[in-house]
Amino acid sequence: MRTPIAYFLLLSGILFALGTMGVLIRKNALLIFMSVELQLNAVNLALVAFSRLHGNLNGQVLAFFSMVVAAAEVVVGLAIIVSVYRRSQSVNVDDARSLRW
Amino acid sequence: MPLDNLVFWVFAPVSVASAIAMLTRRNAVHAALFLIVNFFTIAVMYLLLDAPFLFAVQIIVYAGAIMVLFLFVIMLLGVDRNEARGERLFGMRTMAGILAAGFVLEMFFALRAGIGFATRAPAGFEKVNAPANTQALAKVLFTRYFFPFEVTSVLLIIAAIAAMVLANRKARAITQAELDAHENAQARSAAAPSEALAP
Repeated sequence: MRTPIAYFLLLSGILFALGTMGVLIRKNALLIFMSVELQLNAVNLALVAFSRLHGNLNGQVLAFFSMVVAAAEVVVGLAIIVSVYRRSQSVNVDDARSLRW
Repeated sequence: MPLDNLVFWVFAPVSVASAIAMLTRRNAVHAALFLIVNFFTIAVMYLLLDAPFLFAVQIIVYAGAIMVLFLFVIMLLGVDRNEARGERLFGMRTMAGILAAGFVLEMFFALRAGIGFATRAPAGFEKVNAPANTQALAKVLFTRYFFPFEVTSVLLIIAAIAAMVLANRKARAITQAELDAHENAQARSAAAPSEALAP
């Protein structure tokens, strides 16, 4: 293991920043959701890197739990996007401005 | 150059490049495919960090299950629907870029002040990982983290039920007023998003 841990953490930070940019810039609800997935993955990478740095498995277990939560979140989020699309025929988040329509 | 260093420097640029490509593609399917590339590179990083179980889970759950679900929904909602152009707020992209650059810089300085760029992972992780990563992880998961593990199974059941409820809801009849409002909204957002949103 010759690669310094900080490189992994910096990579994770760059990916998280790119995911944040995606959430802020994109208008398609699906693409915003994909950017959130990218952020989640970046944080998972940081957790696994910390696990390696501290020499125990707690970080890996937390990354595993975060993957489970991400799977549940994707299922519910996509169902919500589909139901919004059915109602307004659009996945553009600017079109979904009213809470009840 | 040691092998794992080489692997890192091959896959890290691919990871960042695929993330940038995902941000800039207008077509949702292309963006999803670039995201899959990104997930694979992150899986390789897990392998470098001595986490082969998470490497497999990343490929099976993320690149497999989750992205298939994404592509399924993209296909369901129509692939040819490109994103509306124009900015919602003035200077939105520039501000987002500044924010992201600031975050990366902050991360850089925090890392340099914290663990430093020379710190390598301590040796002896094989002892923690003995006899193998999957067994060691299972041991921790089913002893120390047993209760959270059970709670996540409840969470998954709730998510499955929620998805069924959300997807199965009977569509109520759409009134003419709603139809008009919707057509107006679509015409406005197609014409000029920034003007249409002004109060």
